[in-house]
Amino acid sequence: MLGKTANGLFWMYRYLERAENNARLIETGQRIALTRSGGAQDDWASVMQTTGTLAGFSGKHAELTKENAIDWMLRDPDNPSSVRAAVETARQNARMVRTALTAEVWSAMNGCYIDVKQALARKVSERDLPAVLGLIRQRTALVRGATHGTMLRNDMYDFARLGTFLERADNTARILDTKYYVLLPTSAPVGSQLDNVQWETILRSVSGESGYRKVYGQNVRPRDIATFLILDLRMPRSLNFCCSKLRDNLGYLVSDYGARLASFGLADALCRRFMSHDVDAIFDYGLHEYIQDVVSSLYELGQQIEVDYRFFA
Amino acid sequence: MRRPYDAFHKWFEKEDPARLRAKQREAEEVFRLTGITFNVYGSEEAEERLIPFDIVPRVISGREWQRLSRGIEQRVVAINAFLHDIYHRQEILRAGRIPVEMIERNVAFLPEMMGVSPPGGVYTHIVGIDLVRTGEDDFFVLEDNARTPSGVSYMLENRETMLRMFPELFAREKVCNVSNYPMRLLHSLAACAPRETHDTPTVALLTPGIYNSAYFEHSFLANQMGVELVEGHDLRVVDGRLAMRTTRGYRPIDVLYRRVDDEFLDPLNFRRDSTLGVPGIFDVYRAGKVTLANAPGTGIADDKAIYSYMPDIVEFYTGEKAILKNVPTWRCSEPDALSYVLEHLAELVVKEVHGSGGYGMLVGPASSKREIEAFRKKLQSRPGNYIAQPTLSLSTVPIFAKSGLAPRHVDLRPFVLVSPGGIKITPGGLTRVAMKKGSLVVNSSQGGGTKDTWVLDD
Repeated sequence: MLGKTANGLFWMYRYLERAENNARLIETGQRIALTRSGGAQDDWASVMQTTGTLAGFSGKHAELTKENAIDWMLRDPDNPSSVRAAVETARQNARMVRTALTAEVWSAMNGCYIDVKQALARKVSERDLPAVLGLIRQRTALVRGATHGTMLRNDMYDFARLGTFLERADNTARILDTKYYVLLPTSAPVGSQLDNVQWETILRSVSGESGYRKVYGQNVRPRDIATFLILDLRMPRSLNFCCSKLRDNLGYLVSDYGARLASFGLADALCRRFMSHDVDAIFDYGLHEYIQDVVSSLYELGQQIEVDYRFFA
Repeated sequence: MRRPYDAFHKWFEKEDPARLRAKQREAEEVFRLTGITFNVYGSEEAEERLIPFDIVPRVISGREWQRLSRGIEQRVVAINAFLHDIYHRQEILRAGRIPVEMIERNVAFLPEMMGVSPPGGVYTHIVGIDLVRTGEDDFFVLEDNARTPSGVSYMLENRETMLRMFPELFAREKVCNVSNYPMRLLHSLAACAPRETHDTPTVALLTPGIYNSAYFEHSFLANQMGVELVEGHDLRVVDGRLAMRTTRGYRPIDVLYRRVDDEFLDPLNFRRDSTLGVPGIFDVYRAGKVTLANAPGTGIADDKAIYSYMPDIVEFYTGEKAILKNVPTWRCSEPDALSYVLEHLAELVVKEVHGSGGYGMLVGPASSKREIEAFRKKLQSRPGNYIAQPTLSLSTVPIFAKSGLAPRHVDLRPFVLVSPGGIKITPGGLTRVAMKKGSLVVNSSQGGGTKDTWVLDD
């Protein structure tokens, strides 16, 4: 398998995951804006901060409005992480590695690109937003489904999974990083109206509301949310889940290639160092510092995978 | 309607045009989803476009095909013999059959290939011969494509589409199979591997990348053959061999089916600014450690100025008269020919010697006075850059137009594989069709379409 192909698969699935995550964040932002009176600008700012594009937005727009923010995250050509750009980049990578994909995966990806491009050709009105976001989620899910159902479980699949889980871990970490203060035990009196909205936001942005209730019951508590999003191995978007998948897939590559490379060591260390304690230890360490450390470990891991598997000459 | 179309015609007459129209749209939807597109150079943001597909097959009888195959095989044998000769003893020049300056001053001649013998003695592993028909038994060769002929993916996808849409048609008529082309291509390429390759040779396909107009075809063929699709930056010379960068390190390649032009192949030996090639690959080639398909320098055989000598070339190397006719050609480099061409511009087709894709040509009868005069100036300033041919009264085939069946001009490009084991011609080919009424230009870059090509097994 070519190093370039590994690179293409890795980024195809990273961008696919990014498109889906951004759609989910926009949906959450929209929901919050609808359920509270005034001051919604702060929520949109924090959503854009989560996607790492707030600075770019502020450079372009003097004023933050709901319309501006949604358009920026969905389709602005100046935003390389917009849903449109993410889908385009995913498809660009898919074209590059087309020989590594099954016909089903390719046509799901190409169909996703054609439909999303068409849906985002013009500014999306508030009325159409739910349908457009639904389409994005559905089309990206179709690619994931075709991948799951038709791709060989070999090194190609491993690189696709690595891209998916690195991006997902990064996304969950960013959500926690933006909102960590509302999860601290010292934040505003528990059960206040404000906190409830904030906690709900966090859970929604990882599609975790019903999952949380199944595991922790009706009472939403910051300590449980932190546990759910960081440590719970049953939660497919938790940091622990993503990191263990990263370690698993790098482990398959280790046995497939018969070589234990540095990236596996990094993933293993990440799991041991950050995912093996209980949540109190994390609060003792400092939630913010902890998240920052995880984010930089993930970054380092991504870099090492590129080197180990010769993504570039 | 010619006889080979009988069975199709009977079927067509019973069909509901509305259903056929729906089928046509369905076919284009499949093409779009599969990404069977080509990129148009010069258009905004290098847009990916669909080539119009026509559902009426072009039908050739078994008897017609046999005669064509003999002619094609003869021509391809001659082309390979010519290339070997030109890059070795140049007997044909010594014999005075081709003027020396036609070769020496020709940019398609690659002096670096002098004395180089490609593995297996094959120069043109893949050839596409463009044919047009003017009458029942009159096929003319319009041009030879001996560098990197494209379009074979359309031959295959058009057939797949027809099989999917109209399976009942294939039950009525025995049509020769084309779908084994990728396997034949792989075997043919592998058979041309350097001699010291012991086990199964490693074949790879070199593409200029996703922005190339034929990228779809490159990925399609690599996928169908099950070989790696590589770009220049995936390759490197390692221990005197060509190697590709895999996730496990560099792995040697024996045969490179390259879809990159000669001049971009090696920045150390050819164009220094090329980022599409591999530094030093030509040295590996000269040392006989890798096969390049097609060989560098084959352009001298399909050059439009050399084309006019093809009947002599065929005769010189095979000792037989050419079975396939050449279109009469005026070489504007010759003063008499030039003055004739200038006088008859309105009747002629004038082409650039090194042009392709239907760009930079004049179709006299279809051009305005102003266009003709503008072209006259270009021709006078660089006569050696042009050849001229009469506009043939091309035969037409039916297409499914808005008003029902309607005649349109077509050409035909059969695909030929050459290996030390022999010459194999796939019974079928790419039929390109001018979708506009009366138009003679079939190039996809100029709005031409394609249709399935049936060779009947009768």
